[in-house]
Amino acid sequence: MATQLLLPSRFEMSALIEIRALNKIYRRGDQQIPVLVDIELDIRRGDYVSLMGPSGSGKSTLLNLIAGIDKPSGGTIYVDGVDIAGISDNELAHWRAHNVGFIFQFYNLMPVLTAFENVELPLLLSDLSKRERRTNVEAVLSMVGLSDRMDHYPNELSGGQQQRVAIARALIMDPMLIVADEPTGDLDRFSADEILKLLQRLNTELGKTIVMVTHDPKCAAQAQRLIHLEKGVLRGSSHAELA
Amino acid sequence: MALSFSYVARNLLVRKLTTAFTALGMALVVFVFATVLMMAEGLRATLVGTGAPDNVLVIGRGSQTEVQSTLARDQAAIIESVAAIASDADGAKLVSKEPLVLLNLEKRGSANLANVVARGVTANGLRLRPQANIIAGRMFRPGTSEIVVGQAIASGFKNAGLGEALHFAMQNWRVVGVFDAGHSGFDSEIWGDAEQMMQLFRRNAFSSVLFRLIDSEKFARVKEQLEADPRLNVAVSAETQFYADQSEQMAKFIRVLGTAITLIFSVGAIIGAAITMYASVANRTGEIGTLRALGFTRRSILQAFLLEAMLLGGLGGVVGLFAASFMRFVHVSTTNLQTFAEIAFSFRLSPAIAGYVVLFAILMGLLGGFLPATRAARLNIVDALRAD
Amino acid sequence: MIGTYLLRLVMKNMWRHQLRTALTVLGITVAIISFGLLRTIVSSWYASAEFSSSARLVTRNAISLTFPLPITYAEKIRQVAGVANVTWANWFGGIYINQHNFFPQFAIHADSYFDIHPEYVLSYEQKKDFMHDRRGCVVGRKIADQYGWKIGDQIPLRGTIYPGIWNFVVRGIYEPGTNKTDASQFLLHWEYLNERVKSVLPSRAESTGLFIVQLADSKQAATVSAAIDSVFHNSLAETRTETQKAFQLGFVAMVDTILIAIQSVAFVVIVIILAVVANTMTMTARERTPEYATLKALGFSVQFVVLLIVGESIMIALTGGALGMLGTFPVAQAFSKATGSMFAVFEVSSSTLWLQLIAAVLVGLLASIIPAWHSARIRIVDGLRAVA
Repeated sequence: MATQLLLPSRFEMSALIEIRALNKIYRRGDQQIPVLVDIELDIRRGDYVSLMGPSGSGKSTLLNLIAGIDKPSGGTIYVDGVDIAGISDNELAHWRAHNVGFIFQFYNLMPVLTAFENVELPLLLSDLSKRERRTNVEAVLSMVGLSDRMDHYPNELSGGQQQRVAIARALIMDPMLIVADEPTGDLDRFSADEILKLLQRLNTELGKTIVMVTHDPKCAAQAQRLIHLEKGVLRGSSHAELA
Repeated sequence: MALSFSYVARNLLVRKLTTAFTALGMALVVFVFATVLMMAEGLRATLVGTGAPDNVLVIGRGSQTEVQSTLARDQAAIIESVAAIASDADGAKLVSKEPLVLLNLEKRGSANLANVVARGVTANGLRLRPQANIIAGRMFRPGTSEIVVGQAIASGFKNAGLGEALHFAMQNWRVVGVFDAGHSGFDSEIWGDAEQMMQLFRRNAFSSVLFRLIDSEKFARVKEQLEADPRLNVAVSAETQFYADQSEQMAKFIRVLGTAITLIFSVGAIIGAAITMYASVANRTGEIGTLRALGFTRRSILQAFLLEAMLLGGLGGVVGLFAASFMRFVHVSTTNLQTFAEIAFSFRLSPAIAGYVVLFAILMGLLGGFLPATRAARLNIVDALRAD
Repeated sequence: MIGTYLLRLVMKNMWRHQLRTALTVLGITVAIISFGLLRTIVSSWYASAEFSSSARLVTRNAISLTFPLPITYAEKIRQVAGVANVTWANWFGGIYINQHNFFPQFAIHADSYFDIHPEYVLSYEQKKDFMHDRRGCVVGRKIADQYGWKIGDQIPLRGTIYPGIWNFVVRGIYEPGTNKTDASQFLLHWEYLNERVKSVLPSRAESTGLFIVQLADSKQAATVSAAIDSVFHNSLAETRTETQKAFQLGFVAMVDTILIAIQSVAFVVIVIILAVVANTMTMTARERTPEYATLKALGFSVQFVVLLIVGESIMIALTGGALGMLGTFPVAQAFSKATGSMFAVFEVSSSTLWLQLIAAVLVGLLASIIPAWHSARIRIVDGLRAVA
C-alpha cells in the first residue's frame, strides 16, 4: 500500500466515511424496488476505492449517496463527522461545495465558459476576492498541466483535456473527498492513462480520498481497494494488485 | 418508400409540451382569423337577409342611404302609377311610401348614444316584409303614435322595451310590440305609422318607396323607365341588393383589417413552428441518419418533416376553430359607418370559413417547417450517425 | 459578484443557439410592434376628441344629428348668459372624385367660424379673398398637400346630402395652430349652400346641422349647455348641447364595439408570443438539464438555477421588446401615410411604450415559469442522467 501523505492539519486515524444500515428504495408507480440493502461500510481518509459490480448492482447509487447528490431511504452516512443523510437540502448544497469534488464521465463542463471560468465556477460560492480566485485557478490548472489552455472553450479541447479541466474544477475548493463516475468512460486509451495518472497523484501527493465507479479494469486496478456490490448488497472488499 | 403517418404523428406526441405551445400559438392566430371572417360574414348575412326577392326599392339619386334621400309626395305618386306593380287580393297596389329618420338614443348598460333608424311603415309595408313577425305584444294601431321595435333595439336601448316609451318630436311614442325580422337589418329598426311620422316631423317628402313587381322579369324595364323619367331623379334597386350594398364597405373594412392583423400575427406563429421543427430535426439527427442508412430517400425525410409541421398546424387550426365557434353566441352592435345607423349582427360560421382557416393553419405549419425539413433532408448520413 | 456572473452566464447562454434566439427575438419584435400599432390606432381614434376644446359647445337637434335646426336659433343662443359668440356649420358630405378620398367638409358661417376657431390659422389676405368669393373654399394644409391643391384651383365635389355637382375655388389654405389641430377640413360658405338649397328644395333652406358656441368662461360649460337647451325645450326642434369634446367622443363611442375588439386583439398577439417564447425556453431548459444538475451538484442553490432560466427568458424578451418599441415608430409613420386623412393625428403615446415594455417583461417572466419549475424540481441524479 502506498504511503499516505496526509496534510498535518487533518491528521486523523478514524474513518472519513462511516456508512451504517444504508438503504435506498426506488418507487416506480406503486412498485418498490430496493437498490441498496443494509450497507455497512467504512472508508478511511486517503483511501482510493473503486466500487465494482454488474449493471444494476447499486454501485452508482451508492456513489451518489456518498457524494451527497442523492438522499437515502434509511440509515446514516457520516462524512467527517457530519451525517449528510440528515441535513437539509440547502445545507447539503453548501456541504457539497466545500467537501466534494466531482468528476463525471461526460465532463459536464459549461460550454459557454472557458476552461479558466469553468474551474473558477465553484469559487463563486466562497468569498474569495477576484485576485485570490485567479491565483487559485491558475495554480490548479497548472497542476493538471493546462496552463496554456486556460482561455479555450470546452469544444476547443480534446476529451482528455476536458476531463483535466473537470479535475481541476473538482480540486479548486480543496475538498477532502473526490467522487468519480466512470472518469475514463469516454476517453481513448492514451487520454485515459493520463487521467489515471492524475488521479493517482491526487491520492498520493495530495492525500485526497477517492471513491470511484468504473467498468474499466485498468481504471479499477489503480485503486488500492475494491468494493464489490451485487443486487444492492455488499459482497466484500479486496485489495487490488499493484499494477 | 414513404414514412408512415403514424411515425409522423407519434413524434408530435413525444414532446407534448412543445407541441402544445406551438399548436397554441397557431390556434390563437386561427381564432382571430376565424372570428374576423365570421364577423364579416355575420354582417353580410344580416343585410343580405334584409329584403324579399321580388321587392324593388326606390330612393333619390345620389343618396347613399334611405335617410339621406327625399321623394316628394308628387314624385312618389308617379312611382306608384307604374303598371308592373303587383296588387293584393282587393286590387290595391302593393306599394309602401316610407319616411325614415335617425333617432339618437341612449344605449342600455352605458351612457353612450347611437343612431337608430325609425321607419314609417304602412299596412302595405308590413305585407311587403313577411319575414317580420311580432313576437311580443302587438302591431301598432295606424294613426297613433304607437311603435314596434326590432328585438335588437328592445334589448339594446333604454326606454325601447315592450311597454316603455321613447320621447321625441314633442311626443311620447309607446312601444307596443317587439318584432323578429329573421336576424336581418330590420331587427335594428323602429317602426311606426308613416303618416303619423310625416305629420309630426312636419315632412312633405318620403325617404323611399317600396313595391313588389308582378313579375320579377320586368325589373330591368321598370328600372330603366323610372330612372329615365325627368320628373323624378331616382335610383332603383332590388331591395335585397340595396341592403347588401349597404354593408359592403363595412364588411370589406372588417375583412381587410382583420386579414392584415392575422397575417402579422401569423408571422409569430410561423416562427414558433420553425423553432419547434428545427429542434425536432436537431434532436433526431441520429434517427434521420439511421433511416437514410436503411434506405429511405432524402425525399421521404423531407416529406415526413413537412407532414409533421403541417399536422402541427392542422392541430392548431382545429383548436382555434373550435374556440372561435363559441363566438357564434356573441351579439355585436355597432354603427355602420356607411349608413350612420346602428346595426346588430352576430358571428356566423360557414363551412367555407371553417375550411379556409384550417387550410391557413396548415399553411402556417408548412411555412414554418419548410426550412427545417430541408435541413433534415440535406443531412449527410455519416455525419448524422456520428452526431448523436 | 455572483450576480454579475449570473448576468454573464445569462448573456452567453442566450446566444448559444443563435438561430433559435434570433427567431424568438424576431417573433417578439413583430408582436410588440403589432401591439403598439393596434393600440395607437385605438388611441388615435380617441385623439380626435382631444382636439376639441372644452371651452366650446356644440348644439344640435335632440332627435339626431340628421335633423336640422333653424338658423334663427343663432340669435336666441347668442342671448343666453355665458355665450360669447355663436357660429354654425352644415356637414356637406360631398365626394371628391371617388369615395376613397375622404375629408370632412363643412358649410360654415365664415365671419364667426374663424373667430371661434383661432387654431385654424389663415392669413388676413386669404381670409379677405375667401369672404369676397361666395364660391370660395378654405382647405387645411394636410389635404392641400395630399391632393396638391393651390390657391386658385377649382375643386369639384359631388353632393350626396345636397345632390348635384358643386365647384369651389381654393381661396385659402389654413395652417394648424397646434399639433393637435385637425388640418384636413374643407370649409365652404353656408350662404352659398343655402342659396342653392333655397332654389331647389325651399323647405330645407335656412337651416343648419349644428351651432358652435364660444363660452365666456369655460368653467360654465354645464350651466350654459342646460340654459341653451331650456330655451328650445318644448319647441319643434329641441336641442341637445354639450361640450365639443363630448360631442366628438360621442362619435368615437358609436364604433366602440370595434375599438374594444381591436384592443382585445392587441392582447391576443401578446399571448401568441408568450406561447412561442415559452416553447423556446422549455426546449432550451430541457437541453441544459445536465448542466443545471452539475451546478446543483457543485453546490449552487436552486434559486441560482431558476434565476439562470428566468434571466435568460427576460433578456430575450427585453431584446425583442426594445427592438419592437423602436420599430413601432417607423411602422406607425408608414401606416399613417397609407391611411391618408383618416386619422388626423397618429402618434405613438408614452403609455403605449410603457405597456410594450411591461408586456415584454411579463412575457419573459411567464414564459420561464414552467421550465424554471421543472428544473427546480428535478433531482440532481436524474438531471445528470438526462438526455435532452
